[in-house]
Amino acid sequence: MNAPLVRDPSRSSYYVTNDFYLELIADFADWQVDERSVEDAAERDRFRRLVEQEARILDRLLYEEWLGLYTPECAYWVPSTPEGGDPRTEISVMFDDRRRLEDRIYRLRTGYAWSQAPSSRTSRIVSNVEVFRCARDDQRMVRSNFAISEFWDGEIRVLAGWTGHRFRQHDGAWRISAKQVNLLNCDQCIRNPSIVL
Amino acid sequence: MTLERVKAPQRLQNAPLYDWDELVQEDRVHRLLYTDPAVFDVEMINVFGGTWVYLAHESQIPNPNDFITGKLGLRPLIITRDENGKIRALYNRCTHRGTTLCRWDKGNSRSFQCPYHGWNFLNTGKLRGVPWPDGYASKLVQDDKFNLAQVPRVESYRGFIFGTLNMGAAPLVEHLGPIKKPIDEWLDRNPGGKVIVCEANRLKYKGNWKLAYDNSGDGYHVIYSHRSLIETENRFADEATKKGMSYYQNSPDSLPMYCQYMGNGHHFKDKRPNLEARPGGLWAIESLHPGMEHVQDKLRSRYGARAESMLDLAGSEPVNINVFPNLSLLGNHIQVFQPISFNETDAIWYGTKIEDVDGTLGAEVLTDINALRMRTQEGFPNFGEVDDVTNFEQIQRGLAAAEDEWIYMNRGYGIPDRIHTLEDGTIKGPATDELFMREYIREWKRLMKAEPDIAIEREV
Repeated sequence: MNAPLVRDPSRSSYYVTNDFYLELIADFADWQVDERSVEDAAERDRFRRLVEQEARILDRLLYEEWLGLYTPECAYWVPSTPEGGDPRTEISVMFDDRRRLEDRIYRLRTGYAWSQAPSSRTSRIVSNVEVFRCARDDQRMVRSNFAISEFWDGEIRVLAGWTGHRFRQHDGAWRISAKQVNLLNCDQCIRNPSIVL
Repeated sequence: MTLERVKAPQRLQNAPLYDWDELVQEDRVHRLLYTDPAVFDVEMINVFGGTWVYLAHESQIPNPNDFITGKLGLRPLIITRDENGKIRALYNRCTHRGTTLCRWDKGNSRSFQCPYHGWNFLNTGKLRGVPWPDGYASKLVQDDKFNLAQVPRVESYRGFIFGTLNMGAAPLVEHLGPIKKPIDEWLDRNPGGKVIVCEANRLKYKGNWKLAYDNSGDGYHVIYSHRSLIETENRFADEATKKGMSYYQNSPDSLPMYCQYMGNGHHFKDKRPNLEARPGGLWAIESLHPGMEHVQDKLRSRYGARAESMLDLAGSEPVNINVFPNLSLLGNHIQVFQPISFNETDAIWYGTKIEDVDGTLGAEVLTDINALRMRTQEGFPNFGEVDDVTNFEQIQRGLAAAEDEWIYMNRGYGIPDRIHTLEDGTIKGPATDELFMREYIREWKRLMKAEPDIAIEREV
């Protein structure tokens, strides 16, 4: 028997398989049900803090720290329809695996990303955080609302919507294994959508 | 059907807005083309009313009574397939007071009822009824003028639906002319020679619509405007394994890729000759995308050499097929430019997927290839186009300087033996030349000077 191949998801993309997509679609369908809502205040607070921490880190453009919040094999998904849809047959506003997330950060730091030269300044408000149990004990789904005030090119605009975070236990900690950002205007033309949401 | 001839406003007929020859010269254009709202108003009549304009793709309205809302210039439209399968472009404007009838992006409906006073129209455009008809001296449903206006000429070319208001325009296939060949090739590389539209990356910028069309064939900007993209997609590559558009990096004009003006404002950038002409030659330069190595290894181990042509179906076809004034086929995208005002434009990058028309791929390969094709298509709008539209906005800002009047498009101009007119009348030159701008703006000027025979149609 050969030893299992160790593949670095920052370098090659082997984990984005049909099963990966199917699991993602299933996890992000019909999950916001009262029966699975977590009542325990301490547990809710734990995930609320994680969502708030992510918002702070992104406002401060601390991208290495941000990537550290995610599992090595992760997805960052901004659907182009309010229903989320099937990313295998529909274009998304953004659909990144680990390597493409790192591409996104790399591009912003080349010094030639004109859409972010100078960088946007953002102030993110996250609220209405609810935590939902899953069939897997090592997984939680978290819903939150967001309003990102973005200052760019002399103006402040608001990007708003709700986020679904899929958290999983990884190396003894809760990490984000998938984030679905649902912009209210995801199916409309958006000016310069080039910040990390 | 009845035709109603529509005269352009008097102001335009009696006194042309400008001397267009002064504003559009051989190698430069005046800033007013981009900054003057009055020029934009004329464009919406003479250009968007005067030539064939892309409206929609047939795959967006596959079934009877399907509709999408769209625009012809600024005219709000409902593009629908009526019960008999006829594709119509109805004005989304109640004949009573002018209210838009339909506010949804898409759907399926046999009729449209005005939300204001309740006038009800069939999707043939015919007025079906109004509330309390006794209050009118005559029966409105018997008077053609209360049927919805519609675009009098709607024609399709291989799934692409175009419309024009100009009764004097040549038939669509004639108007497309030589650009049909690259369109055919773009389609025919897919199974069954067809693609299906599947959502979009939708961008908006604060700038004139022509800034996008000026960019559509521009091989000169790539290495600067898209430097962040090219550096990113090659961050793991060495000289031998460079990806994406990196062929622009060194002496692009000495490469076999070329720019070709195809007449009637259309132009074509063909980068395919840069690639190795073999199955997998396209896939070989594809940059890194989610799921790429998984699908690639799976198909190669399962199908051997045949995998390469499958993977090419997920690759970005290296062409820019630009159909004046608002359509660009590039990579696997159907990009549409939608003017909003003289300084605001929507640029919509519709994605396309393929169908396993002849059953040769099988369900699993189709799923894998389409998923990968979605990811390849998301790359450029995310990492490339955002930088372009930022530059478009900054051009619009720069052009606010009234005294510095000219925009130059003189790259390649006046150099002997650089540009050649071919037997079919098309004009060919190196990839970074601005010849496509000089030629298309000549067509723009012709349209601005012309008096189009504009009409709308109503059912009888």
